[in-house]
Amino acid sequence: MAYDYEKSIRPGKLPHIWCPGCGHGIVMKGLIRAMDACGLEKKNTAIVSGIGCASRMPGYLDFNTLHTAHGRAAAFATGIKMAKPEMTVICCGGDGDGAAIGGNHFIHACRRNIDMTYVLMNNYIYGMTGGQFSSSTPTGHLASTTPYGNPDPCFDLAKLAIGAGATFVARTTAFHANQIDKLIAEGIKHKGMAIIEVLDDCPTTYGRRNKFRSVVDMMKRLKEIAVPVTAAAKMTPEQLEGKTLTGVLHKEDRPEYCENYAKIIARVQGA
Amino acid sequence: MSAKAEIEIIEAYCKGCSICVEFCPTKVLEMDAFVVKVANADACIACNQCELRCPDFAIKVHKL
Repeated sequence: MAYDYEKSIRPGKLPHIWCPGCGHGIVMKGLIRAMDACGLEKKNTAIVSGIGCASRMPGYLDFNTLHTAHGRAAAFATGIKMAKPEMTVICCGGDGDGAAIGGNHFIHACRRNIDMTYVLMNNYIYGMTGGQFSSSTPTGHLASTTPYGNPDPCFDLAKLAIGAGATFVARTTAFHANQIDKLIAEGIKHKGMAIIEVLDDCPTTYGRRNKFRSVVDMMKRLKEIAVPVTAAAKMTPEQLEGKTLTGVLHKEDRPEYCENYAKIIARVQGA
Repeated sequence: MSAKAEIEIIEAYCKGCSICVEFCPTKVLEMDAFVVKVANADACIACNQCELRCPDFAIKVHKL
């Protein structure tokens, strides 16, 4: 039998709203497979998002879901996790939502190392609002608000997460569909803040402005720029020019926020 | 060569992005008026790549 995605999707919600060829659907499938692989129950799982194309995802998923203010997914998810530490909390959202408008909440959730999984879909642009450049639009690329090329350097979101203190950071692309679920599942099992950056394609507002003639061209680019971390170790800096590392980029064990908080409560009440 | 899987296309969900057509290793699928169709069913090796990469939940690969 084919994989049963429908059991995790709210009845009558398909076809979804995303544009033809948008990678968010591929990521949503990966997220469903990852949640199945981890044996998550619907009643013990909360999926939280902010605003944007990628943040429509909880609307389709038949779990406890929360669609919150722009960029505030990590903040609301922190509240859920603090109130119900036994719940598995998953955030999903785009680069504009998570790392630009919500950049502050994002880095502080990383710093606290609160036990949640953040699936960050980086499509290099604010898609829903009309293709404005985001903090991860590459330098020189075109957006509706940078018609002569983006003058800003862009964030490396995985490095940002590592620098801010996330204890599990991985990256993959929408092309590498069978890696998405494995990395998200590893992130869900990890005790602490897990960031999974998925490089995504936005054919409608990013691709057509940046000389990608089709969805397939964008997918081929994702295939070309991705280099697994294990392979990159044997490559020269020249060979790695313009490439992006994929796989598990960072993993460490550090005390988790809710556990630390519970210890403080126990100590103060016992005193 | 006989097909290793039966491919089900849900036409109402297909938006015609053609990712599945491009990345099928044995050229089983093709586009027909902006909707994917199975053109060469016997060549299917059941690799599941079309189902994995379909963003629109429009392809189901039933292994035989």
